[in-house]
Amino acid sequence: MGREPRQGQFDLVEMDSVLAAPSPAAAMPPAAPTAPIPAGAGRGAIELRGLTKRYGDETVVDAVAAAIAPGEFFSLLGPSGSGKTTTLMMIAGFVRPDGGAILVDGEDMTAVPPQKRGFGMVFQNYAIFPHLNVFENIAFPLRARRWAKDAIEERVGWALELVRLGRFAGRDVRQLSGGQQQRVALARAIVFHPPVVLMDEPLGALDKNLRFEMQVEIKEIQQRLGMTMLYVTHDQEEAMSMSDRIAILNRGRIDQVGLPGDVYERPANPFVGRFLGEANLIEGIVIGQSGELVRLRLASGQELRVPRSAGAVTGSGLLFIRPERVEIASGTSVPADPGANTLVGTVRRCSLLGNILRYAVDIDGMPPITVDLQNAAGVAPLPNGAAVVLRWRVADSLILAGET
Amino acid sequence: MTITIAAPAPASLAAPRVPPDRILLLLAPAVAILIFLFLVPLVLFFVRSFTEFDGTTADFIDQAWDLLLSQAFLTALATTNWIALIVTATVLLVSYPIAYYLTTGTGSGVRIVLLSIVLPYFTSIIVRTFSWMVLLGEHGLVNDTLLAAGVIAGPLPLMYNRLGVLIGMSYVLLPYMVLTLYAAMRAIDPSLLRAAAGLGASGFYTFRRVYFPLSLHGVLSGAMIVYILSIGFFITPALMGGQHDVMIAMLIDRSLEVAVDWPAAALMSLVLLLVTLALYAVYYRLTDIRRLIGAR
Repeated sequence: MGREPRQGQFDLVEMDSVLAAPSPAAAMPPAAPTAPIPAGAGRGAIELRGLTKRYGDETVVDAVAAAIAPGEFFSLLGPSGSGKTTTLMMIAGFVRPDGGAILVDGEDMTAVPPQKRGFGMVFQNYAIFPHLNVFENIAFPLRARRWAKDAIEERVGWALELVRLGRFAGRDVRQLSGGQQQRVALARAIVFHPPVVLMDEPLGALDKNLRFEMQVEIKEIQQRLGMTMLYVTHDQEEAMSMSDRIAILNRGRIDQVGLPGDVYERPANPFVGRFLGEANLIEGIVIGQSGELVRLRLASGQELRVPRSAGAVTGSGLLFIRPERVEIASGTSVPADPGANTLVGTVRRCSLLGNILRYAVDIDGMPPITVDLQNAAGVAPLPNGAAVVLRWRVADSLILAGET
Repeated sequence: MTITIAAPAPASLAAPRVPPDRILLLLAPAVAILIFLFLVPLVLFFVRSFTEFDGTTADFIDQAWDLLLSQAFLTALATTNWIALIVTATVLLVSYPIAYYLTTGTGSGVRIVLLSIVLPYFTSIIVRTFSWMVLLGEHGLVNDTLLAAGVIAGPLPLMYNRLGVLIGMSYVLLPYMVLTLYAAMRAIDPSLLRAAAGLGASGFYTFRRVYFPLSLHGVLSGAMIVYILSIGFFITPALMGGQHDVMIAMLIDRSLEVAVDWPAAALMSLVLLLVTLALYAVYYRLTDIRRLIGAR
């Protein structure tokens, strides 16, 4: 079905004109669902209640619970084997849970077959139909729903413009690049205006630059259309840049749910802290509290201060501090500072990672501390073995219970 | 901050390309066998048959026309193609579900079915045909059982007629179709079926719009193989057919063995060969098309 581009259509069209769904009067048959902006009606609330999946003796998803608001971009983030894809497959209906329930807008979906759940889906390998062209791939969900021909043409045209593939309608999908195939999969998932779209590592196969471009595009489309997005990824940067909230999965359990900034700045445990980026976790013994501060004694005998946390930590604890929150300066003397912790050490090595300089600094009697410095104008790397003073604000650090 | 790395492209596992001159060397044994065991005898057969003809070229053409337009030959040609068509359709209908089961099923059932499809493949066609005669004869297992059970009053004519030919040929040709379909279905990415369901397609719609189209090249290949093999069939129709089920191969055999008319046999063989080649040309085009419709 080779459709020639209409006059005045360009590859880069203004998003506003494109994102407006075709007017309902133009083509919608009375039977077809016409809601142009699905979440305008506040649809797409997802509730997971104690979702559990076992394979043999192994519990791959363990009592996962979450409440996702309509129009929310919610990411399931975790390493491979953490159960995030299994969780998504249960929500999609391809994997039968051994326990728990999935509710969408209050309706129990646990026993509903996948084709009746009405979600949009983007798969890891795109799963584009190789025997259908771009237009027919995107039209697939509409044809499956027996839409009228005119309505299909109108809506697929809209979706093609939305993902900037307007001129590719008649193209063979196997001639498309990875990014273009990704766009076809995206258009196919949203063309029928589902209230909920599920995505399983959709950008995993793309290179870093294209990945970033697609992140922005997916996020923009999701925001304009207002659908609920459930997004599975193992890439913490991707999750943080796109999500309204992130759930971090670890060995089948949700370790923490929160805003990207919160989970990054205030991880609930060492796993979350490490998974979301570089983290220093300095081991010590809690030796007492003074007001809002906890005092921690390191193996070397030095003392550090940390703000008190909600859950009391006793015995051994870990001081959490992000490398970019640690300041580094050459020198050996430590001026007293009530609002900051300071440590003296020597540079073990300095690596240039492009936009940042990453130092590993040896401190007496403990693993090296990582310090990130912007590779800004005038910053010269300190030589290995240089004596340095590390300093960070007490308020930037956190105390975590040791790993069990 | 962690550096993310896109999933690496799978390393090419393809063997390094063989240089062209070596390819000829590798093909030499196969080419030699084809030339000396197939092409040379075939050409000699035609040459000898036609040189044996006494008379002028005009006589030869006259008689050739008479033969090719004779009732016997035309009937045999029609019978042959009709039987081939029915056998192909039957085999396809039986094989598709079997191949689907083999592709999607799990456990020991799959192995048992696969074995029972493949094992007869390694057994002599004559042995298999005689086995069917034991089953389908007037006092065969099927008739005896039905008689003993009181389902029928007299023995059913299951053999020495068209039905016997169809049963026997369908059975013999089943593995070709099953294995061809199996190969095609194995190549279908299961995630496509999942995608279809996830996007709201019913099981039937997914089959009609995704699974069947993707298996279509297997259907076409299998049908072509079975059809081509069918039109050259000799043993099964000769043993299990009736008087009215004369296929071309049997007619050729009769001209050689009974009438000892080599030119006639050669002429009919040539027609059969041309039909086969024509079908093969179609098949070749279809396998080209299969690349167009998305098979791997």
